[in-house]
Amino acid sequence: MFDGVLQALLQGGLLGGYYAIIAAGLSLMVGVVRFINLAHGDMAVLGAMVTITLTEVGGVPVLWSIMIMLPAMALMGWVMHATLFQRAMRGGFLLPILVTIGLGAALQNGMFGLWGSNTRSLGASIGELSWASWILPGGIILGKLPVLIFVTAVVVIGALHLMLKKTKLGRAIRATASDPEAAEMCGVSSRQAHRAAAAIAVTLAALAGVFLAMRGQVTPYSGPAQLIFAFEAVVIGGIGSLGGTLIGGMVLGVSQSLGGLISPQGSLLAGHLVFVSVLIWRLSRDWARDHGGWRASLAISAIKLRRRLTGGAPAPDRAPSSKGAA
Amino acid sequence: MMTRLIVENLTCRHGLLTAVRDVSFALRAGEVLCVIGANGAGKTTLMNAIAGTHRPVGGRIALDGVDVTAQPAFARVRSGIAMSPEGRRLFADMTVRENLLIAAENGRAGDWTLARVLQAFPQLRPLTDMPAGRLSGGQRQAAAIGRALLTNPVVLLLDEVSLGLSPAAVEGVYQSLAMIKEARTTTMVVVEQDLTRALGFADQVLCMAEGQTELQGMPGHLSREQITDAYFGIHDKELSDV
Repeated sequence: MFDGVLQALLQGGLLGGYYAIIAAGLSLMVGVVRFINLAHGDMAVLGAMVTITLTEVGGVPVLWSIMIMLPAMALMGWVMHATLFQRAMRGGFLLPILVTIGLGAALQNGMFGLWGSNTRSLGASIGELSWASWILPGGIILGKLPVLIFVTAVVVIGALHLMLKKTKLGRAIRATASDPEAAEMCGVSSRQAHRAAAAIAVTLAALAGVFLAMRGQVTPYSGPAQLIFAFEAVVIGGIGSLGGTLIGGMVLGVSQSLGGLISPQGSLLAGHLVFVSVLIWRLSRDWARDHGGWRASLAISAIKLRRRLTGGAPAPDRAPSSKGAA
Repeated sequence: MMTRLIVENLTCRHGLLTAVRDVSFALRAGEVLCVIGANGAGKTTLMNAIAGTHRPVGGRIALDGVDVTAQPAFARVRSGIAMSPEGRRLFADMTVRENLLIAAENGRAGDWTLARVLQAFPQLRPLTDMPAGRLSGGQRQAAAIGRALLTNPVVLLLDEVSLGLSPAAVEGVYQSLAMIKEARTTTMVVVEQDLTRALGFADQVLCMAEGQTELQGMPGHLSREQITDAYFGIHDKELSDV
């Protein structure tokens, strides 16, 4: 039993690396550009499909396929933002959502048209990496691929963090995230900063897509589920924090694998439940903060509850003032 | 000396409200213009229009003879117009050094370096690694002006220089501004609520009321009474009409 839990914790934590990569891109778009790209998961799948095709049809080694695919996807993100997202953002809050839902549908059906509905995988192309593992003392099995993905996630998120902190582009992106108009007053083109962020976000999505295809299988319609995992990791970790995204991804991964221990169907459900709990906790924490702390806010809730239980009659201590007001 | 900044018949709207109506002025290199006027007179809108963050509906703005009216704000910074805005607008979660670096990296090349800004605003020296959100009002203003200077502007716009600052902080900021003025290379447009301060510092004064120019000229040629009347938008004509 204990071994099983330890194994699940390790597997879940490592799976969190994958979630962190796909969530980092989403978090960057939400935090910097204030744009929610609902086609983020589909872009991950597109990255996977392109890599699979380059490898299987083009005969390009996997690593090279990835190296070709990533810049191409970055360019696509840049162009996508310049031509589509930027215009959508001018149309209020609803338009970006509609546009990216539409884009997601177009991508899914486009991929279906190009590659058919078969499940595809990179597993066969990466040789023994897809099944090789280390056996730790105590019989704990550690897959080499999950470890590789996790290490990549830490490196990528660390590099992104350093880029945002230490480079001219990074500072420009952070300044734009904090106050686009003030950034413009410093000579930063907020549009260029947004396009750069979109390019990075799509690259991260595509990289995550490759890992998804290495771990298992993808179909043209795999995107929306990945989008939900990415959102959950972002919310659990806290929007706009890259380190938080890694933690959020790991929490999500661990909850899923622990849920899987309870019942085979419990894996996804456990992840969703943890996400919802974190969301409720955050909302009530903010509500408490705005209402004089936890104790005061609990007292307010208790009064409200009592009032509801007594049939909506006003609480005795409030009765005179409400009469006076009437 | 040639004319550095020309503002011609500038008109700006916020929806149906005309915030700036037909304002014109011209400044030579190194000249200082103080814009005065009551709250809501259109001073900040005028500044935003010159900086490029507010798009005017009429008129033109020219820098060294080049029309910049259509340029977005970031391009104007690269042309040489920089602003320290109302409310300072520092990047609160970034350090003072990072705030200054952003301007230095994205602006023009020139004499203003981080070291020179820290020399002109000595109060910032011990604060460079502190998040800008934790600065006091005076330090924030110094950082915002320093940030604008680091883009090496030929025209420096300073909105609400002394608003919300302690008298000592105002004194400190104006000492630094006097040094910049003495060099006579940077043209300045300053919005200042303190009349005495404005008249003492400026080469030209522009008094606005309800978006229009009420009075314009050199401080030495204007009487205190003329200026206060213009400040409150009092016209002799209106009074005799009653």
